[in-house]
Amino acid sequence: MAYAAAHDDKEAEHIPGFFTRWFLSTNHKDIGTLYIIFAIMAGLVGGALSGLIRWELAAPGIQIFGPNSSVSLLGLIEQSNHGYNAVVTAHALIMIFFMVMPAMIGGFGNWFVPIMIGAPDMAFPRMNNISFWLLVAAWVLLLTSMFADGGPGKGFGGGWTIYPPLSTTGHTGPSMDLAIFSLHLAGASSILGAINFITTIFNMRAPGMTLHRMPLFVWSILVTVFLLLLSLPVLAGAITMLLTDRNFSTSFFDPAGGGDPVMFQHLFWFFGHPEVYILILPGFGMISHIVSTFSKKPVFGYLAMAYAMVAIGFVGFIVWAHHMYTVGMGINLRAYFVAATMVIAVPTGVKIFSWIATMWGGSVSFKTPMLWAMGFIFLFTVGGVTGVVLANAGIDYSLHDTYYVVAHFHYVLSLGAVFAIFAGFFYWFEKMWGVKYNEFLGALQFWIMFVGVNLVFFPQHFLGLQGMPRRYVDYPDAFTLWNQVSSFGYIITAAGVGVFLIILIEAAIRRRPAEANPWGEGATTLEWTLSSPPPFHQFNEPPVIEDDHH
Amino acid sequence: MPRPTSDPARKTGGRNARLAIVCTVVFAGMVGMAYASVPLYRAFCQLTGFDGTVRKADKAPDKVLDRKLTIRFDANVRELPWSFTASQVSQELKIGDTGLAFYKVTNNGKTPMTGRASYNVIPESAGLYFQKLECFCFTDQTIQPGQTVEFPVVYFVDPQFASDFETRGAQEVTLSYTFFPSTEKKTQAALGGTAGARL
Repeated sequence: MAYAAAHDDKEAEHIPGFFTRWFLSTNHKDIGTLYIIFAIMAGLVGGALSGLIRWELAAPGIQIFGPNSSVSLLGLIEQSNHGYNAVVTAHALIMIFFMVMPAMIGGFGNWFVPIMIGAPDMAFPRMNNISFWLLVAAWVLLLTSMFADGGPGKGFGGGWTIYPPLSTTGHTGPSMDLAIFSLHLAGASSILGAINFITTIFNMRAPGMTLHRMPLFVWSILVTVFLLLLSLPVLAGAITMLLTDRNFSTSFFDPAGGGDPVMFQHLFWFFGHPEVYILILPGFGMISHIVSTFSKKPVFGYLAMAYAMVAIGFVGFIVWAHHMYTVGMGINLRAYFVAATMVIAVPTGVKIFSWIATMWGGSVSFKTPMLWAMGFIFLFTVGGVTGVVLANAGIDYSLHDTYYVVAHFHYVLSLGAVFAIFAGFFYWFEKMWGVKYNEFLGALQFWIMFVGVNLVFFPQHFLGLQGMPRRYVDYPDAFTLWNQVSSFGYIITAAGVGVFLIILIEAAIRRRPAEANPWGEGATTLEWTLSSPPPFHQFNEPPVIEDDHH
Repeated sequence: MPRPTSDPARKTGGRNARLAIVCTVVFAGMVGMAYASVPLYRAFCQLTGFDGTVRKADKAPDKVLDRKLTIRFDANVRELPWSFTASQVSQELKIGDTGLAFYKVTNNGKTPMTGRASYNVIPESAGLYFQKLECFCFTDQTIQPGQTVEFPVVYFVDPQFASDFETRGAQEVTLSYTFFPSTEKKTQAALGGTAGARL
């Protein structure tokens, strides 16, 4: 194994040259860094696409997806209603598969899971490298798909859910095939990563690091990768069926040949629902660490927190059809899915209350990571409440595919998952980059983004309740006001992202040297026992864990 | 110092490889499950009438209720130069009684063509009780150019229709057919006949 060989390089760190280090990397910290840079870059692209959406929806009528618009001069996007749908689809796929997952699992997971369990590296360092570069290949394919012929126009415009028949007979061009291959590669990347994490966490813990002493972030990654391992193959199967339906005349989803398009929805959501927990669970883990660190108290109810995540992961597999209440299921089936869906609110509630109980009576310091973490708890709870509303099949009949749903999942993902990523990014900023960020700019970015994203998404609840449907390029005049507010919020959010980039540049120029543990007594996990940044190889002699400090 | 730790390291390597193999098997199993869901899903729909799947029955029920239902008939064609109509708009039928309806199809094209009718009932929950003894939709139909064929459909509504709380309020059931070009031949060519096989 590579890490065993590395033990012999005691006298020097033995850092390889630039090309070997960054392109042939087998070091978990370097691969984590690559993932984080990749995620930031993909996030900027996905964010720019959402800018096109909000620009288009800023007023009734066609703003930029018509001929002779100011954006058409760039020649990048299809100037048609289909172009709008293609942009919406690309925004979703990029944010899910190329921003949130790489940041949380590939980035923070690779960086901190081995360190937190006292391991020298991941179990399969070279497989780790393949995981990353497969994702890059998937990214290239997805972007190619955006500019390839889709059938109705450039790109695939059927939404990230890729339901047939729109994704089969509705898009005859190669764009959809490229998107399928992109998902195949991204899926392979995640599966390899999942196998790597499972092996690392089960086999490479330091002496004394029992499962019940593992930090909650490691628990969250463990549950996440199990969800990946069980759900992604189903997506892989479903999109392979799509591919053969499109190109090899099978009829898995084609009624003419005895297939059923609704079966795709079942397969897709059997993957899709665990997927949304995959996106948020590592965030839960990070938030637990951050809340505990800045309250200077151990996290409240450690075991309950760990098993709440296991419970969320398990129940996440048996609620999928709540995404498809309107396909004509029997009332008993709908009643089951309503009840099972609401059950998820229980372990989620355990987590929310435990975070609050951790802060309660603590000596809370409002550093940037803590601001993001508290913002996360507040906004995720808002999204959770609208989730319970949508879980009701009767209410969902009227709200299905409206902006209420858009507001709901952006509150839990765009505001929940993304806030958790920012929280983790600033929590570990010094640890990862070896320099300090500017605390004032950090807080400034938080407050700008907090105002911005709430302005974007809160009005969408109103639009949804008034009946504005998703995935349309235009809307009646009655919806003008809240759409304007929402688009205005986007400008503020974009300014927040600008401040984020300034923070990165400022930290890179000023290079204030980092401390090993900038957060003091509250930060108790193993990464804070190492220097910042950590040595190229850590824990050649495994640390011995003797108490339950989590 | 020669490293005696290489032994435990190799042991860890073996354990790692074993765990990775287990994970790979789980992965392959889940892909298999995704494909296994195709026949399972079809069998489930046939068994339960889920989503308005009309079921094929061997014999008519022995019990006939007094309550009458209106059965409506609908006909559609996709991607075939055929005209396809129901010979009657609706029929009144006692629940449990066996009904006989006719559909008429004409090939307006210049070549013989083979089509397959897919079918469905509305409301979906009636799929469980709407059963057919004889139907042209059970097999492929080849129509010569200019030929007109009248197909009979022998059906009944199971008496339990009147007691299930999901269906007992319904006064009407609509039976709908859509003729598609038969895909069986090219499907079998592409996949060795496995995926195109029908129940």
